[in-house]
Amino acid sequence: MATVQEAKFKVIGTRPIRHDGVDKVTGRAKYGADISLPGLLHGKVLRSPHAHARIKSIDASAALKLPGVKAVITGKDLPELPSGAQQMGEMVINPRFLSMNVLAKDKALYNGHAIAAVAATSPHIAEEALALIKVEYEVLPAVLDVRQSMAATGAQILHADMRTAGTPEPSDKETNVANQVRFARGDVEAGFKAAAVVVEREFDTSMVHQGYIEPHNAVAQYNSDGHGTIWCSTQGTFSVRELSAHILQMPVGSIKVVPAEIGGGFGGKTTVYLEPLALFLSRKTGKPVKMVMSRSEVLRATGPTSGSHIKCKIGATKDGKITAAQMWLAYEAGAFPGSPVGAGCMTVLAPYALENLQIDGFDVVLNKPKTCAYRAPGATNASFAAETVLDEVAEKLGIDPIEFRRINGAKEGTAQPAGPQFRRIGFLETLEAAKNSEHYKSQLPKATNGKKYGRGVASGFWFNAGMQSTATVSINADGTANVVTGSPDIGGSRASCAMIAAEVLGLKAEQVNPVVADTDSIGHTDVTGGSRVTFATGYAVYEAAQEAVKLLKERAAVLWKTKPEEVSYQDGVASFGQESMPLKQLAGRLARAGGPVTGSASVNPRGIGPAFATHIVDVEVDPETGKVDVLRYTAIQDVGKAIHPSYVEGQIQGGVAQGIGWALNEEYFYDDNGVMRNSGFLDYRMPTTLDLPMIDTVLLEVPNPGHPVGIRGVGEVPIVPPPAAIANALHNALGVRLEQLPMSPPKIVKAVLEKK
Amino acid sequence: MRKLTRGQDRTTATGATLGELINDLDRQFPGFRERVVEHGDLAGSIAVSINGEVITGGLSEPIPADSEIHFVPAIAGG
Repeated sequence: MATVQEAKFKVIGTRPIRHDGVDKVTGRAKYGADISLPGLLHGKVLRSPHAHARIKSIDASAALKLPGVKAVITGKDLPELPSGAQQMGEMVINPRFLSMNVLAKDKALYNGHAIAAVAATSPHIAEEALALIKVEYEVLPAVLDVRQSMAATGAQILHADMRTAGTPEPSDKETNVANQVRFARGDVEAGFKAAAVVVEREFDTSMVHQGYIEPHNAVAQYNSDGHGTIWCSTQGTFSVRELSAHILQMPVGSIKVVPAEIGGGFGGKTTVYLEPLALFLSRKTGKPVKMVMSRSEVLRATGPTSGSHIKCKIGATKDGKITAAQMWLAYEAGAFPGSPVGAGCMTVLAPYALENLQIDGFDVVLNKPKTCAYRAPGATNASFAAETVLDEVAEKLGIDPIEFRRINGAKEGTAQPAGPQFRRIGFLETLEAAKNSEHYKSQLPKATNGKKYGRGVASGFWFNAGMQSTATVSINADGTANVVTGSPDIGGSRASCAMIAAEVLGLKAEQVNPVVADTDSIGHTDVTGGSRVTFATGYAVYEAAQEAVKLLKERAAVLWKTKPEEVSYQDGVASFGQESMPLKQLAGRLARAGGPVTGSASVNPRGIGPAFATHIVDVEVDPETGKVDVLRYTAIQDVGKAIHPSYVEGQIQGGVAQGIGWALNEEYFYDDNGVMRNSGFLDYRMPTTLDLPMIDTVLLEVPNPGHPVGIRGVGEVPIVPPPAAIANALHNALGVRLEQLPMSPPKIVKAVLEKK
Repeated sequence: MRKLTRGQDRTTATGATLGELINDLDRQFPGFRERVVEHGDLAGSIAVSINGEVITGGLSEPIPADSEIHFVPAIAGG
């Protein structure tokens, strides 16, 4: 259900057929693994069987003697890079850690860590060669729990030179705590003393993966002139170019990255794994090299999101006003620093106006894969804890949970946990819509056959991002248009960019052809992430289309022998006095009026509109088995202006589906040796359509005043509320509070038995 | 960062641009500039909001009179 409040647009807000739909449903779309080149070699990666081990030696002599093997590389073949944070474009990276994750140097730091890479004439020969590489390891004790890692000493330390950043006083102590951060204001102790009710709990969440269907892949060709081309599935072609150039110490401009179609990313395809290896192997062999991960490699060796341990304490007066909130978040970064704990600290409790607040965050390395972004990274873990405790405070006070959130809800002028005040936001509107929804007013089924039923609500926040984007809009001779951007399309941005251009040009959406260009063919564009593309790249498209309109007026003025300012342009028709000329006619006469029309724009926009959501869920649970069925789900979100409402609904439904999986089933399961034991989709249990109800969406359009058509990012916040909403529904059904994700059947049965 | 400001979570400083403001903060709290500036530009790990809006202009960003300015960690997304 879409709640469109404005009708001033002709194209924006409609639901045209997606431009890339035919290619995708007919199987013609080219994904990374579809790409082939003459003389292609195939690359494979040898991965560590140990979670933590010193690499004493690597002997590849037998592998190199195998017929068909063309090259073997190890971490020692890659350039030595300095440690320490470096700015690279919009990213801050540690070059040494980045390179060490692509190929281990002295130590293997997680089960699946890349140790060596082979290029051979077939994938089978490459795999056979992996088995011939002899690696001598000194196995070290692995640390797999975030709290244990915070207390680690001696051989459990992953990086001997790591010291905790952000401590009040410098420390020279070896540690696995990479960073700590605090956000605080007011007086939390005084706030708790003033509270009528205080609830305090501790929570654990498991490491989970984005679960994109398409594995990582890369095809690379290095030319003898020192230039290289990489074809790959990525959320950021310019990021792949910069990161690969950095790892291989090549000039950025010597690498071209061509985006293949992308089979899901959700944040996990914002860094590099195979891309620099394929290019390095191509440089070494003189042949193009193709590398494709297996599902097991994707789960074991790419970037899931953090597991965490979280403490949460919230107090409120008897009339429902929160007096203080205190949180302590320790996030698993994986083998190298860089968990999303900062974002967790800055998003948790952001929906609420709080005078007394203290949030401490810790970024902790341990022997698991280096985490990467995952849809609102860091926010879901923290929100699970906070929204569960908020629900309990409301329950103890006898206040409706939506009303409790409304009493404390953030609005324009409310200070975020990090300090800045919100501009126009629509959080209270989501609560109002939730309270008035048919879903919230409906009755739950009555308990039958031992089954219990419960309803839960939770809210969530995500910042959204701006960052740099470039777009060009060119007019074809038949009056149609092309839109070229550098943003890989992971969620419908082709359609939204085409529709924005169509709106400005007065065309139909299908008259605009959206193209995602390679890094040599469009200006710098930051990664597709942070729910930023429709906002920022859409902003560039809007500006580029406006530039095209300006040029069209100039061309029409030439034909009418008048000044450009005398020409108007509306709904695809140029007019001057009583004269008028449709774009189709004008486009055919451009050669005699000054030449082709191409508008271009590069932006780094401000005016980012953050996103808020409130979700309602009904569950059925069997207390005997712990099986949970989600019966009904409604997600209400402030979406700014929905350019293509179907895509916005799809983003919300997708985020909720991932959040339900995170809540009920998904987890990285390691044995005591740190070996992942569920590295396939049979055992890493993501929800299927059979596990989910229809997910209803309510699109509240509170236009973002910082964008010319009111856009807010929509893609990330929908994953934030589901675990907490389901936990609250399970409490409503069973009378127990679940403190661990996933809330899988064994945990539910255990909680029910403990209650008895 | 509060270590640099001797525990203060807010203070007053002057400057027509962000760079000038940081220089003034550095005079008040020595070491502040080193914490937020790298290679002559705003450090990539730091985001600055002026009156609730994250800025993109770096050290040359103009500061309107009576502005509220926050230094916060830079965050990307998924």
